[in-house]
Amino acid sequence: MGKLSNFVGKRSNWSIPYAVFLIIFVALPLVLIMGYAFVDEGGGFTLNNISRFFSDSDALSTFAVSIEIALETTAICLLLGYPVAWLLANSKYNSSSVTIIIFILPMWINALMRTLATADLFNMLGITLGKGTLLFGMVYDYLPFMIYPIYNVLRRMDPSYAEAAQDLGAKPSTVFANVTLPLSLPGITSGIMMVFMPTVSTFAISEFLTNNKIKLFGTIIQENINSSMWNYGAALSFIMLIIIGLTSLLTGGNEEEHSAQGGLI
Amino acid sequence: MNKDNIIISIDHVSKWFGDKRVLDDISLNIKKGEFVTILGPSGCGKTTTLRIIAGFETPDEGSIYIDGELMNKVQPHKRPVNTVFQRYALFPHLNVFDNIAFGLKLQGVAKDEIEKRVMRVLKMVGMTDYEWRDVDSLSGGQQQRVAIARAIVNRPAVLLLDEPLSALDHKMRKDMQIELKQMHKQLGITFVYVTHDQEEALTLSDTVVVMNHGVIQQIGSPTDIYNEPVNCFVADFIGESNIFNAIMVEDRKVSFMDHEFECVDEGFGENVPVDVVVRPEDIYIMPKTDKGQFDGVVSSCIFKGVHYEIIVNTPDGYELMIQDYNPFEVGMEVSMIIKPTDIQVMKKERICNTFEGEMIDDTHVEILDCEFECLKQEGISAGDKVLVEVDFDKVELTDDKRDGTCEGDIRFILYKADHYQLSVRALNREYIYVDTQDVWEDRDIVGINIRPEDMRIKLKEAKSQA
Repeated sequence: MGKLSNFVGKRSNWSIPYAVFLIIFVALPLVLIMGYAFVDEGGGFTLNNISRFFSDSDALSTFAVSIEIALETTAICLLLGYPVAWLLANSKYNSSSVTIIIFILPMWINALMRTLATADLFNMLGITLGKGTLLFGMVYDYLPFMIYPIYNVLRRMDPSYAEAAQDLGAKPSTVFANVTLPLSLPGITSGIMMVFMPTVSTFAISEFLTNNKIKLFGTIIQENINSSMWNYGAALSFIMLIIIGLTSLLTGGNEEEHSAQGGLI
Repeated sequence: MNKDNIIISIDHVSKWFGDKRVLDDISLNIKKGEFVTILGPSGCGKTTTLRIIAGFETPDEGSIYIDGELMNKVQPHKRPVNTVFQRYALFPHLNVFDNIAFGLKLQGVAKDEIEKRVMRVLKMVGMTDYEWRDVDSLSGGQQQRVAIARAIVNRPAVLLLDEPLSALDHKMRKDMQIELKQMHKQLGITFVYVTHDQEEALTLSDTVVVMNHGVIQQIGSPTDIYNEPVNCFVADFIGESNIFNAIMVEDRKVSFMDHEFECVDEGFGENVPVDVVVRPEDIYIMPKTDKGQFDGVVSSCIFKGVHYEIIVNTPDGYELMIQDYNPFEVGMEVSMIIKPTDIQVMKKERICNTFEGEMIDDTHVEILDCEFECLKQEGISAGDKVLVEVDFDKVELTDDKRDGTCEGDIRFILYKADHYQLSVRALNREYIYVDTQDVWEDRDIVGINIRPEDMRIKLKEAKSQA
């Protein structure tokens, strides 16, 4: 009994369940992906899986489409999300901290259900499913992830920065361009990351909202894995991981950004 | 008044935040090149006044003129003023040089000219060689200097400073005070400085504006404010003071501490209640002698560096603070003299509490948004608007707010030699003034009781006869 309570009392021991979880569900799959990606069906080491991707024009074009769709989604989310975040964070237009919840609210419903419902809506309205509907669905799904971090940064920004700029002779548009916008960059990069990373790897949304007319990179991985092409599938996953890793590196992982992401749902 | 010489004119300005009136009919003229300090406790409206000059707030009533032009609707970026913010507000994404050059770049000043001017102000604030530093890497004092440089590089007609030294330590603050004063002389522009530190205000300013509860209490030179405060608040807020309830017996004769004193004030009338303030250094203390005006016993004597601070109790129960270069032993019998010119007589702002209220029924009246019991009044019936008068010493305070008919918090404590006068703010933001022997603490939440027989109730206006 004494030993048990000692064991439970030591705070560092509390992390053991999480460590076990991380090992089984995060580290191990990553190791498996690496393993599968660099071996052939016989089990010998090979780089063929990787090089096959670069000669597979189908996969390459899908890859390009994925990146394009993800970039477009991110851009649209940024253009739509920033003004909303700015309005919400500005006490002149929004004095209640509850309004932001309305924008976060759709996230309370499962993304798959929302996507299916959106597809049904388009069908009902007789709109042909295609790139337009895909972008709509993506933006609809990921817009809150852009709004929230930007809103957070803007709301916490000391209003005296804007006042100081105005005091020094900047008209409102200049205040925004020279002070507010640069100071909200951490929120913007955080938003970009949180929209770009899931959109570049998604496949369900394109399946439902384009009837598989548009294939995304995620779709190809899924198809390969489903048809038991484990090694090639793993290699493609590995390439995607690198893309995502590069994105997070490019958008820079500074402290402010992490605090800006904090408390998302 | 010479209009040409006035750079800022605040004309009957009032401002509300919600239903709270933060500025109450402020009028103030600031001369060109003057160093004006707006002084007052927190929440007195001094920062709001500054923000109205800068343009971050607009007056709800009244007008503000800068250089003769109406500014009410002019946006901050079009006003010829620059501000040094309380927390500096240096742009964290720009280095020292770009922070200071911010305003000049917006004006489209040529590049080499910008460089020249930035270097010149950096030299002026003693920050040469810091131009490429990150602002976050600077100490508080250095950030302060950059903030001042960023404001003065634009050569504004008026420099506004919002408690600029409050974040610095004592020594640093003293040094910066001297530098600010020199800068003011060198630049020749108008400084409007907001502070709650009375010593800072007296040291720096040509003119001090004392504010409290959104009202200007007094405008004057530091010596005027110190030597001739217009009311108890100013006397107590600026420096140390002994404040007495007194009776102006006749011209040049005032009675307090149960003694009659000669003074130099005239025109108050005869036998009129007044307040009297005597500064601690203006009471002459000596070992007991026949030549003193009154006697007392030393109850404490503390060395304060330059002088001793001596507390003396008189046989009539008054307590005086006296400053003298010589120590006096505790328990020693002493005599005191106050010279006529050192007695400052002030008109009493009020001689009793007056509340506007309404009769609820024959024996209840509503004042301060609370229902108080009262005596049955002849000729006054339910629903009548009334005025209720209560003497200061007839208001009872309770420790537990639930024991009171009404709730309030203590906002200001004034020691008047033999009792305290408290300003208590009720929940409806009206003030009740209370004379008490008990010791209370600032910001205490208290209950307020008034006995029915201590209320004097009269009709607010005679009912019109149908």
